Amino acid sequence: MQLLSFALRRLAISLPSLLIILVGVFGLLQLAPGDTVDALLAQMGGGDAKMIETLRQHYGVDTPAWIQLADYLVRLVHLDLGYSAIYGKPVADVIFERLPVTLLLMASSLTLASLGGVVLGVIASRYVHRWQDTLISTLGMLFYATPAFWLGLMAVVIFSIKLGWLPAGGFEEIGVEYSAWGRAADIAYHMVLPTITLSLIFLATYLRIMRASMLEVSTLDFVRTARAKGVDETSIVTRHILRNALLPLVTLIGLHAGTMLGGAVVVESVFTLPGLGRLAYESVVQRDLNTLLGIVFISALLVILVNFAVDLIYARLDPRIRGKGN
Amino acid sequence: MPAFKRYFRNSSAVMGLVLLVAVVLLALSADFLFPRNPLSLAGRPLQWPMANPRFWLGTDNMGRDIAAQIFYGARISLLIGVVATSLAIAVGILVGAVAGYYGGLVDEVLMRITDAFQTLPNFLLLLLLIAVFGSRIEMVVIAIGVVSWPAPARLTRAEFMTLRNREFVEAARLSGLSDTRLIFGEILPNALPPVIVYASVVMATSILLESSLAFLNLSDPNVPSWGNLVGLGRSVLRSEWYVSAIPGFAILLTVLAVSLVGQGLNDALNPRLDEQ
Repeated sequence: MQLLSFALRRLAISLPSLLIILVGVFGLLQLAPGDTVDALLAQMGGGDAKMIETLRQHYGVDTPAWIQLADYLVRLVHLDLGYSAIYGKPVADVIFERLPVTLLLMASSLTLASLGGVVLGVIASRYVHRWQDTLISTLGMLFYATPAFWLGLMAVVIFSIKLGWLPAGGFEEIGVEYSAWGRAADIAYHMVLPTITLSLIFLATYLRIMRASMLEVSTLDFVRTARAKGVDETSIVTRHILRNALLPLVTLIGLHAGTMLGGAVVVESVFTLPGLGRLAYESVVQRDLNTLLGIVFISALLVILVNFAVDLIYARLDPRIRGKGN
Repeated sequence: MPAFKRYFRNSSAVMGLVLLVAVVLLALSADFLFPRNPLSLAGRPLQWPMANPRFWLGTDNMGRDIAAQIFYGARISLLIGVVATSLAIAVGILVGAVAGYYGGLVDEVLMRITDAFQTLPNFLLLLLLIAVFGSRIEMVVIAIGVVSWPAPARLTRAEFMTLRNREFVEAARLSGLSDTRLIFGEILPNALPPVIVYASVVMATSILLESSLAFLNLSDPNVPSWGNLVGLGRSVLRSEWYVSAIPGFAILLTVLAVSLVGQGLNDALNPRLDEQ
């Protein structure tokens, strides 16, 4: 119960931020040259003044900005994200069609990055200043410095073009009938390269944090006590050091939720995945401001939810933190 | 051992510095080695590196010299890195210092705004800013600065909160110094080292952000940016993969150099963790 009230309090803090984001982004988009109607007209190749007037009224862009904003916020409470003139359907539909791909990409990358980061970080800390540590730390630095889009392209050159092992892009094979499992396997096959591409930069950060945090925790008194008691080394590492060393990593995962979503824009573009990131890019290019605003809202919501989950995990791992929320 | 000496005993820090100096030299010698506009037609398109002695890194799909673009691109990356980072650090220090010094309602308001910036994915905000204000290189630099200030702000705030009630600050306050003098004259110099070290992270990220934008064709097409060239090479990836490979490798080396220097500075200033 105490845990729940802690989590809810943390969730309440994020509401003002969400409001600031919506108002700020709405204001920002008012400054954009051209509105939805201009974008539509550009697509249709122009129209007469009468039609433009009707369109402006229809999309409500002829009213003052603050009324539009108030309207927008009221509609948001009813989970109505408005209508995308470019895609010709409600923004919510456009976004929810694309969301699963991005969520899958983020979940698989996060899993790979944190598992890989923990394993490599632990190995590096066990062999600190020996060749294993040097090798892992150097690899970490290289991964950290590699631009994701370039890594993706080079992976395509090697694994798709030269070796022909993995597909160069797309979410699944089109025009092939699969059973449910076959389809899942096909999607997994297509997600291998995007997942690796998106995760390496995070893996690099996580392994660095894990290494430092393992080294720091292993100097603490309770580890010496455990060792003096005669607890065997494996369980000292896994049960005493690792559990405590995981805390900074968990914090970092929460902080990275937004960065990962940003990275998805680039990775989805490299691998032509029909996800939220690609949609954001397309909306920018097509000036589909309603969709863009919807994406901002959904992404912010997603980041808040991830952080909420992280708070819960953190509080479970470290009971001390619950007291601090008061 | 002084920090300076400690830095030069760290081999990866020295390697980072050497790489960084090399990138600076590329940027400085660009005019001298390639007096022509790097974005003008230089020869037959898509010549492989070494195939023609005039173009030792080859030419791209538009017949432009890749080597010249690499040299001039170093300027753009360094410019982005330095200007965007200075902007982000300056704003971050200002916000963090005011929030951390005054606390209370001011802190609450500033931190909710910082939260907002951190909740909205960085790259998404960058896309929005570019969509609204256009993609001239000046705008790109400012936009990258605007999305990068929250982390330095939080760091500065945390430093200020631990320092603001220390005895030397109390003493200065009792001697009648103004808040501005206390913030910038007394506390800030003590809060600065971790923020300066963090600047290397901001710089590495800024360079990566610009190159990602350029790769997506959303940065300034009229400057020889490495990211632009990677994006251009994408259409000939199947056969002439070197067009993308070479500038991407340049980005990698530059970001690596900045990170190694930053880590070296960090280790030199806080020797505690390394000597276990």
